[in-house]
Amino acid sequence: MSDNSSVSKPTARDEAALQPPVDVIEDASGITLYADLPGVPKDKLQLQVEADTLTIEGEIDLEMPGGIEASHAEVNLSRYRRVFTLSKELDASKVSAEFSQGVLKLAIPKAEHAQPRKVEVKIL
Amino acid sequence: MIYRSLFPRDVLAELDRLQREMQQGFRLSPSIRGIARGGFPAMNVGGTPQSVEIYAFAPGIDPATLDVQIEKGVLTVAGERQRQAPGEEATVHIDERFEGRFRRVVTLPDDVDPNAVDAKYRDGVLRISIARKQSAQPRRITVQ
Repeated sequence: MSDNSSVSKPTARDEAALQPPVDVIEDASGITLYADLPGVPKDKLQLQVEADTLTIEGEIDLEMPGGIEASHAEVNLSRYRRVFTLSKELDASKVSAEFSQGVLKLAIPKAEHAQPRKVEVKIL
Repeated sequence: MIYRSLFPRDVLAELDRLQREMQQGFRLSPSIRGIARGGFPAMNVGGTPQSVEIYAFAPGIDPATLDVQIEKGVLTVAGERQRQAPGEEATVHIDERFEGRFRRVVTLPDDVDPNAVDAKYRDGVLRISIARKQSAQPRRITVQ
């Protein structure tokens, strides 16, 4: 699994977006990815797995009073986007996702055949 | 004759310097509490004639553990974000998300009413709404 957001092909959707920070942890059963997407409601989060590409996209939707004028903005775009390339031992069809309070948790299991197996060493 | 430096400048270092200077040009003048940009949580501040609105982008925090205080015209947002420790057999490939204690401070304008504060936490964003004092709100004066 590698981060290729900087070399991803330019697409129609390739407008300026924030890159959400992520944690990626791997254990024997698969990969767990956490991404921070504050301000994105559940219905504005889009996850896509296409071939070996995982795309995380989200739209920030904040409640704002009318006539608000920003005086200091650190989050100055309203979209998040990040793309990862999955490796072939991961089973992209079994990705499960949880999203709560702006934190996305993705579990990507390893394919059956890629699960670790202990190899017996025979002493002759 | 063109003067040739004995120590030609490192092009990459020059580019770095240029980039730094450009970033500083865009930055608002830093406050006495330091340049907060890049800290956690990221903050947006805005205002309307009736209120001052502060948005703190702090995902994945139990709202009950957030400590929001207003004292002498200064708003403080503090808390802690804990991460589940990865298992012993696990490998951490990317580690970018913030963890640990945080504290951010915002100086409020003079015309806010510290008793009329409303704080909500939704989708990982803490929104603090502080009303402006009645006396500071724009009023239309009728000319007789």
